[in-house]
Amino acid sequence: MTRTIETITFEDAARFISLEADCLDHRDYVTWLGLWAKDGIYAIPIDPDAEDFADRLNYAYDDAAMRRMRVSRLTSGESMSARDASNTLRSLSRFRMLDDEPASDVRIRCAQHLVDYRRGAYRTYAANVTYRLRVEDGGIRLVEKVVRLINSTDALAGMSFLL
Amino acid sequence: MTSRDFGALVLPDRVHSSLYRDPAIFEEEMDRIFNHTWVWVAHESDIPKAGDFLTTHVGRQPVIVNRDRKGDIRVMVNRCRHRGATVCEARRGNAAGFVCPYHAWTYSQDGSLRGVPLPKGYKDFDKAEYGLVQLRVETYAGLVFATFNHDIEPLDTFLGRAKPWIDLFMKQGGGFPVKTMGEHRFTFPGNWKIQLENTTDAYHFPIVHKSFLTSLDNATEDLFSFMDAGGYVEDLGNGHSVMVMIPELVDLDDNLDADIPDRFAGIAEELRRDYPEEQFRKIVRAIGGSGFNLNLFPNLACSMAFFRVLRPLAVDETEIRHIAIGMDGGPDIANRARLRLHEHFQGPMGFGTPDDAEAWERVQRGSAGSADPAWIMVNRGEDKTAANAGDVTAETGMRAAYQMWKRMMSA
Repeated sequence: MTRTIETITFEDAARFISLEADCLDHRDYVTWLGLWAKDGIYAIPIDPDAEDFADRLNYAYDDAAMRRMRVSRLTSGESMSARDASNTLRSLSRFRMLDDEPASDVRIRCAQHLVDYRRGAYRTYAANVTYRLRVEDGGIRLVEKVVRLINSTDALAGMSFLL
Repeated sequence: MTSRDFGALVLPDRVHSSLYRDPAIFEEEMDRIFNHTWVWVAHESDIPKAGDFLTTHVGRQPVIVNRDRKGDIRVMVNRCRHRGATVCEARRGNAAGFVCPYHAWTYSQDGSLRGVPLPKGYKDFDKAEYGLVQLRVETYAGLVFATFNHDIEPLDTFLGRAKPWIDLFMKQGGGFPVKTMGEHRFTFPGNWKIQLENTTDAYHFPIVHKSFLTSLDNATEDLFSFMDAGGYVEDLGNGHSVMVMIPELVDLDDNLDADIPDRFAGIAEELRRDYPEEQFRKIVRAIGGSGFNLNLFPNLACSMAFFRVLRPLAVDETEIRHIAIGMDGGPDIANRARLRLHEHFQGPMGFGTPDDAEAWERVQRGSAGSADPAWIMVNRGEDKTAANAGDVTAETGMRAAYQMWKRMMSA
């Protein structure tokens, strides 16, 4: 990550996304917050066809302030569900660049299969995830992450982790 | 089973934990309560145009709620009169009628049977006898209720003293009609009455929702720290109750000249350019919702800034919908703010709901402890029952709901 880059290749993007996933599974939220661009948006829509999230209800539609608050909630010990949080393990695959690469601003889509374990029960969450990555100060920053759960319009259970 | 004394399970100050756990009691509830009273099914804004429909449930029975050609709202059992298949699986949409996918029996928007393929195969077949089964439907202030009980009292009488509170709740349209704006749906492994209790339980708020309170700015945190803010709970009859948490936000038309909270200052600045003074103040004041929860037995709460709808799935499994509401025709910026507030607290990734769900799940798990006495206590604030209201943490609303439960289960 110390290498200075000017453009993002497929390999750069895949490596960055793996790092992001690793941070979330290992609850390394401080590093995770640092991966984001200041204007970054973390969105988990309900409507599977939504491209614009501001005027509709989502599961999450977070700017930097909301992400920080979310991390505080998960780590402060004040939330009874987060105190007994799930263990998660996510696999990402089926990467596809949605823009020509290399470029300084790219979008990449992949499949995410997340297994959540809590109190003797497994749940799985399958999602299409789209990332928009941008070069800032010689490194990669996350500008947008959109998690489209394949069962987003169904009834879900409370989540004590980040998708 | 019908001879069972359900009344003995509900005392004035406590209820027996078998109400959360006994599958036989659950079966009786589905019949004696959900098949016999007014059950909330939709808001009128869900189906504004002729042909608009949605599918939902009354108790465990699948129903279609739609608006027919004449503009009347209908609620019909989603079951073909031939062999019982659902005639519609879409969650919502617009349809000229409904065709059963199995043998193509075709129903019009009003549920009447229009045609069947190869009709000569039937002897003395009168189509008029085979329409979709209709529920009785009545509305109040945009809330659509339905019932299988055609002999029940009018909705107006059933809601009774809850009606003025519904009127107050709808003032969060900010001068515009209220419309639904999407929903969070989630399930929890517990009995439906645990959720019914929760929307009239202020006592849990500073404990369970500490992480939510911490995430707010200081002024908003003060507003939501309502243990000593002069709130109260009132039994409104028929199992309904209101819990006032923030008295100054009971009537959103009052105090329009009060200072605008910092959290809405940016929005206010923009709205001031587009709306006359009084109207923009009304809109801004409405953004945060009302200062009370209105519990309507058995399945709806008008809860501060959203509708909470419960649906019993099994004795130990319940589905909850938190329906976002906003201003129909109101400014986008105000509705956007309401959506963000909803996302902040509600839903499977909200800062509030997952902690509530955790508490409810723990109640269900803990109530397996069958040591005698196996009672659930709802006696808080009982000393104030003479006035029918204690402070905001009184369990008056729960007692009201359980007395209605007892009445319906013993009828």
